[in-house]
Amino acid sequence: MLLVPCPNCGPRNAADLSYNGESRPRPDPQTCSPEEWRTYLYLRDNPSGWLVESWYCSSGCRKHFTIERHTLTGELRTPILPGSKPGATKGSTK
Amino acid sequence: MGKNKPPAKYSAAGLLWRGLRKQSWPRVWREPEFKNSYDVVIIGGGVHGLATAYYLAANHGITDIAVVDRAYLGSGGSGRNTAIVRSNYLTPEGVAFYDRSLDLYKSMSNDLNLNVMFSERGHLTLAHTDSALRTMHWRAEVNKLQGIDSSVIDPAEIKRLTPSLDVSTNTRYPIMGALYHPPGGTIRHDAVVWGYARGADAYGVDLFQQTEVLDILTEGDHGSGRVTGVRTNKGDISTPIVVNCTAGWASTISAMVDVQLPITTHPLQAAVTEPVKTFLPTVVVSGSLHVYVSQTDRGELVFGASVDPVATYNMGGTLEFTEELASHVLELMPGISKMRLLRQWAGLCDMTPDYSPVMGPTPVAGFYVDVGWGTYGFKAGPVSGEQMAACVATGETPHLIKPFELSRFTEGNLVGEKGAAAVGH
Repeated sequence: MLLVPCPNCGPRNAADLSYNGESRPRPDPQTCSPEEWRTYLYLRDNPSGWLVESWYCSSGCRKHFTIERHTLTGELRTPILPGSKPGATKGSTK
Repeated sequence: MGKNKPPAKYSAAGLLWRGLRKQSWPRVWREPEFKNSYDVVIIGGGVHGLATAYYLAANHGITDIAVVDRAYLGSGGSGRNTAIVRSNYLTPEGVAFYDRSLDLYKSMSNDLNLNVMFSERGHLTLAHTDSALRTMHWRAEVNKLQGIDSSVIDPAEIKRLTPSLDVSTNTRYPIMGALYHPPGGTIRHDAVVWGYARGADAYGVDLFQQTEVLDILTEGDHGSGRVTGVRTNKGDISTPIVVNCTAGWASTISAMVDVQLPITTHPLQAAVTEPVKTFLPTVVVSGSLHVYVSQTDRGELVFGASVDPVATYNMGGTLEFTEELASHVLELMPGISKMRLLRQWAGLCDMTPDYSPVMGPTPVAGFYVDVGWGTYGFKAGPVSGEQMAACVATGETPHLIKPFELSRFTEGNLVGEKGAAAVGH
């Protein structure tokens, strides 16, 4: 079982959250080329190692947040709510 | 270099002769000397890599090939899948492709002189909802147009074919019908790996186990350029052509030449029970219940499920999987509630957004991929080997795999096989 530390709700079973996958910057759909947009949609780094990914706390605080996870060992670190400082954890985000 | 002929046939007389004289068996493939130059290097010693090597040698006369694997041959998905084969897919591209694969599997025991124990026992995909039943009709019609034996059958017929299934209407997920595909069945997957390894070896292909690729050497710009060689833990190999057949690890190999793939790696878990007398004559698949089950020749039930939702390279098993699997299987077959699970395992699946593979050339000259096989790589092993061999040997992408080129993602031409490949096995 994977325990994912939500910045608001603390550690929760991964099954309680929605997994959005690899976090990457979204190009501006108004100005980017179709190729750039499709690259953003489909292509992934998919490393065997540390990966910054996005989760959605769907049955808790209903916030999206990013977290670094080691895709081989399952280790997790630095959960971040968008707009907050790195390292912010439960209780320190408000 | 080898003898350039197919390997000697195994026979009952040979078995008796060796048994009586207490002779030891010869090694099935050589332990070759490491050379520092090859015409082709194939990374990944599973069904896809070995089949590509075999067909390059058998069909195109290219025998100066090295197949390198980080662990042992067939240690990845080739030895971890649930050994089911079928060709009742949804898109015409998919149907044509998997049907060719099924043809190659049927003649494989003769072609490779090794019994792969193909059991053409019939394949049932159950429908539990009206919409699922509609998709079954759609698939059946697409299949019939392509000349594939596939039809929709009612619960009474399902009960006749597979008596252990609960087709009553007072269950949570009543069985409303099924897509019946008689040519589907199971094959012993290890035998397929060994057969291709033995066949390729006899043509002079060098197979290197426990040889990890550390880097791919290129000249020219990053992400375009040209392949010049491969750096392994046993030394450098210079080669103009590298084929990536590493399934779950495909992204890590492609990253060495800065080719980004539309792939995320997810584990798929499977489990096997203790052996019992034969009672399940078909392969049973339920998309809604995320489970597929077949009985092996030894009598064990082999279960598989859908991929785990979180991308990871970790092949550990989870209790959630076992619990879910048990509850779903008992929905279908309440009679097996006292059976015990012997073990569970996981394999890595290289999932693509459109549930179709990525095959053929890449922007880096000489770097070919045969990846993105997700949960259905074993079924397609022979035909992808054959077509990748043609692709590498001629430098042109054969029409059968043209729809699966990497460029389809940036061009926006996805294949859309999710309806038939997301869970169904």
